[in-house]
Amino acid sequence: MSDETVISLRGVRAELGSRPVLRGIDLTVRGGEVVALLGANGSGKSTAVRTVIGQVPVTAGKVELFGTPRHRFRDWARVGYVPQRTTAAGGVPATVTEIVSSGRLSRARFGVLRKADHEAVRRALDLVGMADRAKDSVNALSGGQHQRVLIARALAAEPELLIMDEPMAGVDLASQEVLAQTLRKQVAAGTTVLLVLHELGPLEPLIDRAVVLRDGCVTHDGPPPEAVGQHALPGHDHVHPHAPAGAEPIRTGLLS
Amino acid sequence: MEILNYAFMQRALLAAVLVGITAPAVGIYLVQRRQALMGDGIGHVAMTGVGLGFLLSWSPVWMATLISVLGAVLMELIRWYGKTRGDIALAMLFYGGMAGGVMFINLAPTGSNANLTSYLFGSLSTVSESDVTAICLLAAFVVVVTLGLRRQLFAVSQDEEFARVTGLPVRALNLLTAVTAAVTVTVAMRVVGLLLVSALMVVPVAAAQQLTRSFAATFAVAVAIGVSVTIGGTVTSYYQDVPPGATIVLLTIGAFVLLTALAAPLARRRARAVTAAQAAGDPAECKIPASRGATDEVGV
Repeated sequence: MSDETVISLRGVRAELGSRPVLRGIDLTVRGGEVVALLGANGSGKSTAVRTVIGQVPVTAGKVELFGTPRHRFRDWARVGYVPQRTTAAGGVPATVTEIVSSGRLSRARFGVLRKADHEAVRRALDLVGMADRAKDSVNALSGGQHQRVLIARALAAEPELLIMDEPMAGVDLASQEVLAQTLRKQVAAGTTVLLVLHELGPLEPLIDRAVVLRDGCVTHDGPPPEAVGQHALPGHDHVHPHAPAGAEPIRTGLLS
Repeated sequence: MEILNYAFMQRALLAAVLVGITAPAVGIYLVQRRQALMGDGIGHVAMTGVGLGFLLSWSPVWMATLISVLGAVLMELIRWYGKTRGDIALAMLFYGGMAGGVMFINLAPTGSNANLTSYLFGSLSTVSESDVTAICLLAAFVVVVTLGLRRQLFAVSQDEEFARVTGLPVRALNLLTAVTAAVTVTVAMRVVGLLLVSALMVVPVAAAQQLTRSFAATFAVAVAIGVSVTIGGTVTSYYQDVPPGATIVLLTIGAFVLLTALAAPLARRRARAVTAAQAAGDPAECKIPASRGATDEVGV
């Protein structure tokens, strides 16, 4: 793990419509770390990552990527992003390769893909186990395969930082295992990862740190809550280990 | 081929081919971003440009280009900043454009609704030499943008949010798409007419999709369909004395129906090939296990 700060959010506030969604969030992700952003629906976890990529404007606070203020950051080839989607398809048929190739544009000058770029696209497809479907239309894929295509698209630029918004949503068990393996390889190679998750699931062993959001505030920042025994049961409330005695358990709704 | 002996038909056929190329080439990006009716909206706005052209005695083609580009940019701005009532703003733009066109052309000393009709539904015999020059220049712009920036436009139309994180200038590319669509509308205006322009942007793409699996193939097939129907429609309209715009659009819809009918057996054959490939590894039928094991992943 390097000391470089890859993502830094300081006192970040954001609104959707006129409703405050983030109420002053601090979040630091250092090089090589795997950080999971957890929380119930509406807690602001997706909004938090979308302020990092500039999709949601920040009303107060500071966002930095690789030590550069977000609005001056231009080195997008270092960032791979997997948006929250259930499909990779658009209004016109497209092959798996065509979709994944658009992830390489951040490294291509004037949108011209050279031999090395096509090889990188091929490698990304190999990583997610979709190389044999390269020429197929994405319309013919299952939900889990769509997600694998979207992850390959993010990996095509060979990023140092991966930001993933609910990569496991609607993904079958077989694909979840493939995704976990893919991520393990990336982490082993030194990639920094920020994940939005609804539950830890098969990615749990990879995660160094969990940040739990609730109503737009950080309520936990530390080791991932362990899901053993009763913890793993649906509807279980996460009890904060270092909360003052007698404090009300924090209902993150993670498992409910 | 006596048809090629007439200068007006040479001009008409050249214009028709250029329309057949450019309309689907822009239309595919509009369909991809699910804004298939944008061309229709721009067509309405362009009417004000035609009317103003007559009123000010300027070239209606160039005036329509100017006004429809402004209209398309305005629509794109409404899409960015538009809050909940964006659709109402667009509706006002469309109908305002149409009303403006009718009003201006009636105020113009040389204009009448008969003139407007030739712009609304297309008219080959009135394509002048200066029209052809304008159409060639505008078509060249459209081809350069839609082919030269195809990877960028594909990425933005497929997934705007992702495109932003690859560092693409998403807003500039969206504006460029809108401007290119507006230019295409004025290219097609003399041949198919403003009210039918959108059909030539959308229907060839929809027809091509019945056969294709990739974006590149869809693009090529859509342009091939576009060129075939514009030439076919122009020739038919010459020999049968029927309006060219309507002929072209009906031919396009005919192509869509034909390709849809052809696509069903093709899809079945593809499905069989996939099944055959999978059958090698999989058992032919589902089997119900006699008892459950720990590996079944069936839990409560």
